[in-house]
Amino acid sequence: MWGYQPEPGILPPEENRRFNAPFNMATIKQVINEAVERVRMPTPVRLRDLIRHIRAARTAAEERAVVNKECALIRACFREDDSLWRCRNLAKLLYIHMLGYPAHFGQLECLKLIASPRFTDKRIGYLGAMLLLDERQDVHLLITNSLKNDLNSTTQFVVGLALCTLGAIASPEMARDLASEIDRLARSPNAYIRKKAALCAFRVVRKVPESIEIFLPATRSLLTEKNHGVLITGVTLITEMCEKSPDTLAHFKKLVPNLVRILKNLILAGYSPEHDVSGVSDPFLQVKILRLLRILGRGDPETSEAMNDVLAQVATNTETTKNVGNTILYETVLSIMDIQSESGLRVLAINILGRFLLNNDKNIRYVALNTLLKTSAKDLSAVQRHRSTILECLKDPDVSIRRRAMELCVALVNHSNVRSMITELLLFVERSPEPEFKSVCSSHIMHCADKFSPDNKWRLETLLRVIVAAGNNVRDDVVSSTIQLISDSPRELQASITADFWRELCVDKIDRQPLVQVAMWSLGEYGDIMLYDSEFASKLTEEEILDVYQRMLWAPQNNIVTKQYALLSLVKLSTRFKSALQRINRMVEQFGSHLHIEMQQRGVEFTALFSQYDHLRPSLLERMPPIPNTKPKMDEMGGDSPEMESLVIDQVVEQQDSSNALLLLLGTSTAETAILPDTNINSIENNQDLLDLLGGLDGPSLNNVDIPKAPIHKPSMTVFEKDNLKINFEVEQTIDGGYEILMTAYNFSNNQTLDNFVLQAAVPKTFVLKMQPASSTQLPPTGEITQVISIKNPTNGVLRMRLRICYSVNGQTVTEQAEVNQFSPTS
Amino acid sequence: MMQFMLLFSRQGKLRLQKWYQAYPDKTKKKITRELIATILARKPKMCSFLEWKDLKVVYKRYASLYFCCAIEQDDNELLTLEVIHRYVELLDKYFGSVCELDIIFNFEKAYFMCDELLLGGEIQETSKKNVLKAIAAQDLLQEDETPQGLFEDHGLG
Repeated sequence: MWGYQPEPGILPPEENRRFNAPFNMATIKQVINEAVERVRMPTPVRLRDLIRHIRAARTAAEERAVVNKECALIRACFREDDSLWRCRNLAKLLYIHMLGYPAHFGQLECLKLIASPRFTDKRIGYLGAMLLLDERQDVHLLITNSLKNDLNSTTQFVVGLALCTLGAIASPEMARDLASEIDRLARSPNAYIRKKAALCAFRVVRKVPESIEIFLPATRSLLTEKNHGVLITGVTLITEMCEKSPDTLAHFKKLVPNLVRILKNLILAGYSPEHDVSGVSDPFLQVKILRLLRILGRGDPETSEAMNDVLAQVATNTETTKNVGNTILYETVLSIMDIQSESGLRVLAINILGRFLLNNDKNIRYVALNTLLKTSAKDLSAVQRHRSTILECLKDPDVSIRRRAMELCVALVNHSNVRSMITELLLFVERSPEPEFKSVCSSHIMHCADKFSPDNKWRLETLLRVIVAAGNNVRDDVVSSTIQLISDSPRELQASITADFWRELCVDKIDRQPLVQVAMWSLGEYGDIMLYDSEFASKLTEEEILDVYQRMLWAPQNNIVTKQYALLSLVKLSTRFKSALQRINRMVEQFGSHLHIEMQQRGVEFTALFSQYDHLRPSLLERMPPIPNTKPKMDEMGGDSPEMESLVIDQVVEQQDSSNALLLLLGTSTAETAILPDTNINSIENNQDLLDLLGGLDGPSLNNVDIPKAPIHKPSMTVFEKDNLKINFEVEQTIDGGYEILMTAYNFSNNQTLDNFVLQAAVPKTFVLKMQPASSTQLPPTGEITQVISIKNPTNGVLRMRLRICYSVNGQTVTEQAEVNQFSPTS
Repeated sequence: MMQFMLLFSRQGKLRLQKWYQAYPDKTKKKITRELIATILARKPKMCSFLEWKDLKVVYKRYASLYFCCAIEQDDNELLTLEVIHRYVELLDKYFGSVCELDIIFNFEKAYFMCDELLLGGEIQETSKKNVLKAIAAQDLLQEDETPQGLFEDHGLG
């Protein structure tokens, strides 16, 4: 009747089936009143007409004009509190809202419509409420009352509307206020209401986990139901409860036989047209039950045992030609892998995933890779069997699939397959157009090579190939790690790898700063070995090498960092090469007037090394001793020589803008001074410089400087203070960049005891957090609890921490949160 | 749990939006804009899943309309495709071979249908028949209370 076709004309009364004699007087009066109303004020344009007008607009400006005009009319109507057209106006406003125009002025009108006795008004009112309000709105107080009224309505559809709205926009306050109403409706004899109430309860539990207890009794009847709507919503509700509370989880374990029975009936029952989806009986319900079984069986051998059979049955009996069947199989595999299932069943699950990998449907392949990745942590050997299929997926045109395949491949690398896998991954790096993949994968390759490489030569060659393949997308950790590895290699290897880098350097290509950096570093250190000790000697001259330096130093595509590598490397060559001193001196001199202030300073300083401090030059520029590979891995610039530090240190700070790099540099610098007596003069100055530099830096690094000798400070900081509870941290940084934190919780109250005190901490994924048991869980008046938190920091990230503090006082559970972003113990 | 569902056209026009998670208006607009751009840029042969922030986005194209749902990490993305399909089937039954225009001009009815299939981001009814029955009964309620005759200019028009 509201089609966008022309409206039918007015029917004469005798043909209008709705106009009959007993039509009561009230309605007639209403119609007359409305007619009068209409004379008084022009009828607002109809919803479909408005949509038509807006769609007829040819430009955005035209559309805006139509919308603005209509909005003004709607506003005027709202202001006059016109109840006759409110519904239509709001519907129009909702359309306008969808187009992206502001519609907040309709919020109160939604509430008025909801309060109207007419069903049409309510339907549009609730729709508006779901679209225009969300749980952040203050109007919620007002809506709660209307909802309460409608939840008690005798019309099931009015109750349904209220429940639906509640499910979409319930805030924690509303959830608390209406929980008992929802519980009542969840026991209603009417299935239509019961299923909606069950999902509302699901939302309430999600928002307010304490409310589990309210709904616990009502869940009992939900699973004995025949109606699938009630069953599926019941299972959803129970799943949420189990995820939120371990007690409830234990409580529901006894349900496993019921669930198994329902699932069995679904598989074995014949065709039922109502719930059939291409030959599978109610896949929606099956998936939900499988998921609940997974949660119930996780880590519990006995419960898992009870579901082994049915899982095997689902896994073997499900039709796999359609997406529906695969949906169920996918969920089954997840369940099998997650519970304590039999080994035979696990093999079956992995094989299902293997079949998925060969499926034509991309979506199926994607979930297969995703699931194998999750599984690989537990059952690597089973996944290995599908390696070749997975490698094929690296070539998939779809980004999502490729990303998954790459991650999975990395997880599959081990000692025996490292050569072939890395070759594939290197090809992948070369091929992928996405810079993100290049950088992530290059780091992955480096770590794999680090862990599994058969020998150093291969590892270095791999690193070289990564740096070549990934170009500018190589992360800094790859550069530093390569430099470290080269410095730690035997002499022949140093010569040959330097030669390899030299060859790559001579290939004209852009976008390869990391390659140039490593090549420059190696040439500076081992240029002489390469030139005079290896087979290169006959083919290459010092002049040729210096030509390349000249090019690199002035090439506009090289960035300042790379040029600094090149300049320092060049100066080093002055003591390594036999006949190039004059030319090097001239080349360095040119930098005395370089536009970039850092380069200029280096230019001037190095020039001084050639003239008045010439006697210092040989010892200053001596070959680097092997850089020890300190674990946790030094990333960033950790591999640089101590001599280099005094020269490039500010550049490093500028480049990376993180004090972590500096921490590392300091670590190495002090280590080097200890090892190397003959660089003493230099390193003393060096440390002076560093200390000066540190004046301008913030806390953590300062603290770190103290570590080798000075006594360790244990300053205390307050991370949480509320009511009578105060939590202090005494932070101590360990030498490897981690933290040892002594947590002390004080109770300042004179009479209240805090029971069940639990402190939970979360840190970014790059950190490893370990918490010792607390000294107690009870915090007596004026008492205290201590707990040691140790944090490993393998990547030298910036530590942040989120804390959750739970305790109960007078039987009331209190949960608090805090965040600590600054771990600089001194200031 | 489904976090939100968006329907949009091949031209990137939003046709329907259903949010089960509270976001400020600005964020909703930003999410919508970003997702529409990302999905429209994908090639037809790519898979239907996207990883987007900490959510999984499942989308499917039916004629000129894209149906796009954001679900949580442990939700079954294949099942979400089935949910989308079920919704399309229901609209199809209701409108009689549905097209984009039906959804534009009767957007409120498309919302009503969605609300009988899903509630709070979870599926509430797995029988098509029951959903359609509930919708028909409510439409009838609405029709009965709209006075007809005389002017024929009631309801939403």
